[in-house]
Amino acid sequence: MQDAGWRIEHRDRTFVLTTSNLAWRHFAQRVAFALLWLAGIMAVAVLVVVVAYVVLQGVKVINPEFLLTPPRGGLSGEGGISTTVVTTLYLVLLTISIAAPLGVGAAIYLVEYAGQMQGQGRLAYLVGVVRFGVELLAGVPSIIFGLFGYALFVTAMHLGFSLLSAALAGACLLLPVVIRASEEALRAVPRSFREGSLALGTTQWQTVWGVVVPAALPGIITSVVLSVGRVISETAVFYVTLGGSYNLPRSILSGGRSMALHLYYLAMDTRAFEKAMGTGAILIVVIVLINLIINFLSHRLAARLGGA
Amino acid sequence: MRYIVDRSMRALLLVSALVSIFVVFLILVFTLRAGLRAFREIGLVDLLMGSVWRPGQEQYGILAMIVGSVFVTILAVAWGVPLSLMGAIFLAEVAPAWVRSVVRPAVELLAGIPSVVYGLFGMVVLVPLVRRIPVPGNTGFGLLSASIVLAVMILPTITNIAEDAIRAVPREYKEGSLALGTTHWQTIVGVILPAARSGIVAAVILGVGRALGETMAMIMVIGNSVVVPRPLASNPLTIVLSQARTLTGNIAVEIAYATGLHESAIFATGVVLFVLIIVVNSLARLLMRGRRR
Repeated sequence: MQDAGWRIEHRDRTFVLTTSNLAWRHFAQRVAFALLWLAGIMAVAVLVVVVAYVVLQGVKVINPEFLLTPPRGGLSGEGGISTTVVTTLYLVLLTISIAAPLGVGAAIYLVEYAGQMQGQGRLAYLVGVVRFGVELLAGVPSIIFGLFGYALFVTAMHLGFSLLSAALAGACLLLPVVIRASEEALRAVPRSFREGSLALGTTQWQTVWGVVVPAALPGIITSVVLSVGRVISETAVFYVTLGGSYNLPRSILSGGRSMALHLYYLAMDTRAFEKAMGTGAILIVVIVLINLIINFLSHRLAARLGGA
Repeated sequence: MRYIVDRSMRALLLVSALVSIFVVFLILVFTLRAGLRAFREIGLVDLLMGSVWRPGQEQYGILAMIVGSVFVTILAVAWGVPLSLMGAIFLAEVAPAWVRSVVRPAVELLAGIPSVVYGLFGMVVLVPLVRRIPVPGNTGFGLLSASIVLAVMILPTITNIAEDAIRAVPREYKEGSLALGTTHWQTIVGVILPAARSGIVAAVILGVGRALGETMAMIMVIGNSVVVPRPLASNPLTIVLSQARTLTGNIAVEIAYATGLHESAIFATGVVLFVLIIVVNSLARLLMRGRRR
C-alpha cells in the first residue's frame, strides 16, 4: 500500500503524493475559499447593514416639512434641513468651479504637453515636481486642508468663516481627485486620434480641444461628478472653515452649514439622532446616485473608445 | 493666430499644473509658520512627550493624542486588514463575474459614504453595544468602537489597491504553478501572493495613512478625553475600552476658539500629523515603485 502514488524526496524529507494527499489539498482549498467567500459577503453585509439602518431610521423623519423648512436650532434640533441643502448646493458649485478648471487643465498639461519634455531639462524637472506634489496632496488628510484653509483664507486673507474660504480649502482637497481621474481619461484616448488630427495640420491646442478632450469627455465628467461626491460628504475641512451657522448664506462671504456638517451638529451638540439619521439617509441616497452616474459614465467612455 | 492661441493655452495649462505644487508649498509654509511658536516656546521634547494638554494652564503636550492616533490605527488595521485582503483575493481570484459585479460596486460605495454617517452609525449602534461590556468606567465611547468604525472605512482603500496588485501578477506565474499540479489555493498562497507582496504591503500602508487622517468619525466615537489610553480594570485587554483623542480630533475640536500659544500648539499638532502621514505614504510609494521595476 505504501507506494500508491508518487514519492518525492527532498533533502531529508519524503513527500508522498497520494490520492489522500490530493484529497487533503482539495479540502484545504475548500476551507480557504469558503473563508474568502465569507470575506466578500462580509464586505457587502457591512454596507447593507450601515445603509439599511441609516436609511430605515432616517425615512421615519423624512417628509416634505423636514425637507422644506429651515433648521431652528434648539436642544432637539428642531426644524428641517432646507437651508443646509441649499448651502451644500452653493458649496458644491463654488468648489467645483474653482477646482475643475484647474484640475482638468493640470491633467491636460501633464498628459498632452509634459510627454514631449525630454531634453528640456528645467521643464521636465518641473513636471516631476508637479507629479510629486499631486501625489503628496492626495495623501494629505482633509483636516490638514482645513487647518491650512483656516490659517490662509479665514485668518490671513480675512475671508472669515465663509462659503468662499470653505470652497477654496475644499478646492485644494479636490485638486488631486480631479487631476488623477482626468489624467486617466486622457490617457485612455488612443494615440492615433492625436496623430490623425496633427497630420491634418492642426496646432497642438486644436488637437487637444477638438479631438482629445471630446473623446475623453465622459471620463472628465466622471472626475467632476466624483468631486461633487467628495464635497457633499466632506466634513472636516468645512467644520473649520465654514462657520456652521444654519442660516441661509447671503453672499459667498457669509458662513453656512452643509448637510454633512448639519448631521454632525445634530448628533454631537443636540443628540438629535433621529433627525441626524434623516439627514444621513438623504446623504446616502445622493452618494448612491452619484456612484450610479459614475458607473454609467465609465461604461460610456469604454464603449466610445472601444467602438471608435 | 492659431499659433498664438496654441502658445497661450500651453502657458495657461502649465500655470494650472503648477497650482498643485503651489498649494503644497502654501500648506507647508502656513502650518509650519503658525506652529513655529509652539515648537520654540514649548520645546520639541515637551510638546511631543508631554502627556498633559491643559490649554487653560498653558500646558501643551500631545503625547496622548499621538498614542491615541497610533493605537486606534493599529486596532483598525488588526480588524480591517485580514478582511480587506481576503476580500481582495476573493475579488481577484475566486469570485465569479456576477458576484464580482455586486461586490465591487459595494466596496466602492463603502468608500463614498460620508465619514459623519459612519460616525453616526458608530454612536447609535456600536457605542451602545460596546457599553454592554461590564467593565467599570466603560462608556462605550473609546478605542474599540472607534477602531471598528475605522476598520470599515479603510476596507475599500486596502481592498482596491491590493486587488490591483494581485491582478498585476503575470498570468504565466499562475499558469506555471497550476501546470505543476498545485491546487488553485496553493497557487494563490505560494505564487500569487508572494509575487504581489510589495503591492499588498503598500495597500496596507495606504490604509494606515487613511486611518491616521480620519477626523469626524473619530471625534464622534472615540470620546475625545485627553488621556494616554490605559486599562480600565486589572485585565490589560480593557485598554481598548479606554477613551482617547486623535491628533486629527485635537485639531478639529479646538481650532475654532484657540488663540495665541494654544492656536500655535494646534498647528504644531497638524505639523506632527503631516510628518507622520508623509513618512507613511512615502513608504507606500517606495514599495509601489519597487514593484514596477
